[in-house]
Amino acid sequence: MSFISYLINGVSLGSVYAIIALGYTMVYGIAKMLNFAHGDVIMVGGFAVFTIVSTYGLPPILGIVVAVVVCTILGMVIERVAYKPLRNAASPLAVLITAIGVSYLLQNAALLIFGANTKSFTSIVSVPPLKLAEGKLNISGETIVTIISGIIIMICLTLFVNKTKAGQAMLAVSEDKGAAQLMGINVNGTIALTFAIGSALAAVAGMLLCSAYPSLTPYTGAMPGIKAFVAAVFGGIGSIPGAMIGGILLGIIEILGKAYISSQMADAIVFAVLIIVLLVRPTGILGKNIQEKV
Amino acid sequence: MALLEVKNLTISFGGLRAVDDFQLSINKGQLYGLIGPNGAGKTTVFNLLTGVYRPDEGIIKLDGRDITGLKTININKAGIARTFQNIRLFKEMSVLDNVKVGLHNSHQYHTLEGIFRFPKYFKVEREMNERAMELLKVFDLDQEAGYLAANLPYGKQRKLEIARALATGPKLLLLDEPAAGMNPNETGELMDTIRFVQKEFDMTILLIEHDMKLVSGICEELTVLNFGRILTQGKTGDVLNDPQVITAYLGE
Amino acid sequence: MSKTYSKLNLSKTTKSNFITYLLVIIVYLIVQFLIAGGHMSSLMKGLLVPLCIYIMLAVSLNLTVGILGELSLGHAGFMCAGAFAGAFFSKCMQGSMPDMLRFLIALILGAAVAGLFGILIGIPVLRLKGDYLAIVTLAFGEIIKNLVNVLYIGRDSDGFHFSMKDSISLRLKEDGEIIINGAQGITGTPHDASFTIGVLLILISLFVIQNLVNSRDGRAIMSIRDNRIAAESIGINITKYKLMAFSISAAIAGVAGVLYAHNLSTLTALPKNFGYNMSIMILVYVVLGGIGNIRGSIISAVILTLLPELLRGLSDYRMLIYAIVLIAMMLLNWSPKAIEWKERIRETYFSGWKSGKGDSAKTAAKGKGVR
Repeated sequence: MSFISYLINGVSLGSVYAIIALGYTMVYGIAKMLNFAHGDVIMVGGFAVFTIVSTYGLPPILGIVVAVVVCTILGMVIERVAYKPLRNAASPLAVLITAIGVSYLLQNAALLIFGANTKSFTSIVSVPPLKLAEGKLNISGETIVTIISGIIIMICLTLFVNKTKAGQAMLAVSEDKGAAQLMGINVNGTIALTFAIGSALAAVAGMLLCSAYPSLTPYTGAMPGIKAFVAAVFGGIGSIPGAMIGGILLGIIEILGKAYISSQMADAIVFAVLIIVLLVRPTGILGKNIQEKV
Repeated sequence: MALLEVKNLTISFGGLRAVDDFQLSINKGQLYGLIGPNGAGKTTVFNLLTGVYRPDEGIIKLDGRDITGLKTININKAGIARTFQNIRLFKEMSVLDNVKVGLHNSHQYHTLEGIFRFPKYFKVEREMNERAMELLKVFDLDQEAGYLAANLPYGKQRKLEIARALATGPKLLLLDEPAAGMNPNETGELMDTIRFVQKEFDMTILLIEHDMKLVSGICEELTVLNFGRILTQGKTGDVLNDPQVITAYLGE
Repeated sequence: MSKTYSKLNLSKTTKSNFITYLLVIIVYLIVQFLIAGGHMSSLMKGLLVPLCIYIMLAVSLNLTVGILGELSLGHAGFMCAGAFAGAFFSKCMQGSMPDMLRFLIALILGAAVAGLFGILIGIPVLRLKGDYLAIVTLAFGEIIKNLVNVLYIGRDSDGFHFSMKDSISLRLKEDGEIIINGAQGITGTPHDASFTIGVLLILISLFVIQNLVNSRDGRAIMSIRDNRIAAESIGINITKYKLMAFSISAAIAGVAGVLYAHNLSTLTALPKNFGYNMSIMILVYVVLGGIGNIRGSIISAVILTLLPELLRGLSDYRMLIYAIVLIAMMLLNWSPKAIEWKERIRETYFSGWKSGKGDSAKTAAKGKGVR
């Protein structure tokens, strides 16, 4: 029975990773950059909900709306101010380092505003826990909400990318920016939209993460951000289904590793699995293998 | 005996036979041309000869030695050097250093002798500089030795690539569209250089080319590829007058 | 003609290397002078050894990123391996040999262990490219840090005991002592590090890297960076030279780690010192100093280490300002528009100047290394 409950917890954590990884992978696919600040947008989302709900005592639904709006705008502003000028820079490292700078900026701004103390985040989930198998299997409300939101987001995003014009434009831009431009696609707008969606997802991930693990500091987003990045690479970076699979697998591996092998070694196990996957499939599970033409 | 002997060389990519039953025999000192329409598989032949791809079938012999399936670096050590259709220089390195990388395997000293500057380092480096400058002079690049390779004009970049390939001391030199993107003046100059290399270095050369003037001007024999298969092979004059070749180039 | 040219070429790089050594020595002398005159606060004095460590890390990472052209985010992991190897040796051998000799062996051991890790990690990892390589090196760095945190080694009259669980499972006798105590790390490493030793180690690192770069092997490494396929076609052994650059880079990071370990009484592997954040910080030094520009790495490591201290007066705002300065510097140095604008300014106001500095700035802006 405990194995099943670990598995469910793993899927739940994995869903959060998957949602964050979706943001990573979309931005990577379209802007070919590792957005190191993505994890910190999660933290901003967490603090936005915290401020509305815990500080001002307003209803959680308002907190969710505010968090999504704040993060969406933040994501677009970051793209416009810090990343867009470097889009054609001589080395892709330039934008990577700038993203690190943005990450420092968000962390230290949060540190100034909210202080270094850990905030205890009150869960915004009011779904009662589910008791199965005569009470032997207890699934928390947070877990249920996380998994369901994860599923909804994945379905919506898949539909959006495959069925809408904007989604198709995204695919086109990620394939070939220049050609997309020639076909009359608004490349700048599409990239901005991608950042907006990725950041909105980060806001959702932020409040799910903080509801499940209720402690909030300016550095809350960093490690989940890195893990989600690992998940995105794991699944094949640039691939939306890959991010989902990678995220969920990573969550399961982490929870099972903690439970059965060693809790201190959980991160090492996650990273070791990533390395093994990449050595077998150098572009991740669903990544396309592109060979350089001679 | 032929310097390069290729027998029924075949490779497929996902069911498509990119090169099918390719034969070739080049004698020492010959200047040989490989021509054909776009997508005929010419560069694929080069990639097979230099070990970028492993052939599905066939045998490649250089100077009597079977080199089929060797890795690129070992094929180079065996004596084949090449240039690339899209120029591949070491752009952030100096012109001189580009050639010196070509001299890497013929002029050796140990890593530690290099780091701790043993006398051997200075001796070998001096030899390398002299040899590299000689080569650059052949291609009229000695004045630009200190430039970054990226800053050379296009025609000179092509020449530098040939100089770098020659630096490895090959028996056979493969040139992949050396005149691509050149104006008629530059092409004429290039023809002279290729002839000079053939004579001066006693070099065997196989080249891919689109420019018919260049091909007919310098190649002694030709092989025409079409859809991965040999269309015809023989003396340049005969091949170029072959109605099949004219059809392949101009269409029906 | 040919001879004069080759001589000229050789002396140009020799001159540039010489300037780098000279720069380090001059700064060292100035600092010594300031200390002697009592013009240096104890806070600044405390920063001197870390500064040397950061410079060594930045210079060595530049070998991987700028010269070899591969993005590594696990440099702190090699530093960690070197630090623990060196500290372990010093802890075991303390008192049984002269201090200087012991520290020297610790440094060599740290370099060897980190270099070995570099080879072990490099063999599988260097087949990957670009961002995949980056994430896997990050993963390896985190694994090294994580493993050190669950490592327990003790010693008693029976010899060494080893465990991955806790200190009790070492089953030490009464006379035994714990040397590496899991997350508590190593305590009581002798304090052998000093600014002078740090500067000496910087000079040695520079000597190794600069001489490597200007040798046959260095050219092979750079040729792989510039065009792997062409390098292969002229007989360069890609795996050998990638591993060479990667492991030398790791070994120097290991030496920096040993210096770090011998500057503190307690050595623990935390996210702060050996985590990916540290690796990223070093990468920032490298990129800001100019990818492939060794002297630039030194200068940016110095400036970025001192910057937060100089901003100390601004207390809480200093890290925020640091972040903003970092972003602004990146935008100014790398954005194509900003580069064009700077070029225009230079042409309008300084058109008479045709200094070598402009040329080198141009080539630096073109961006060597990772692309």
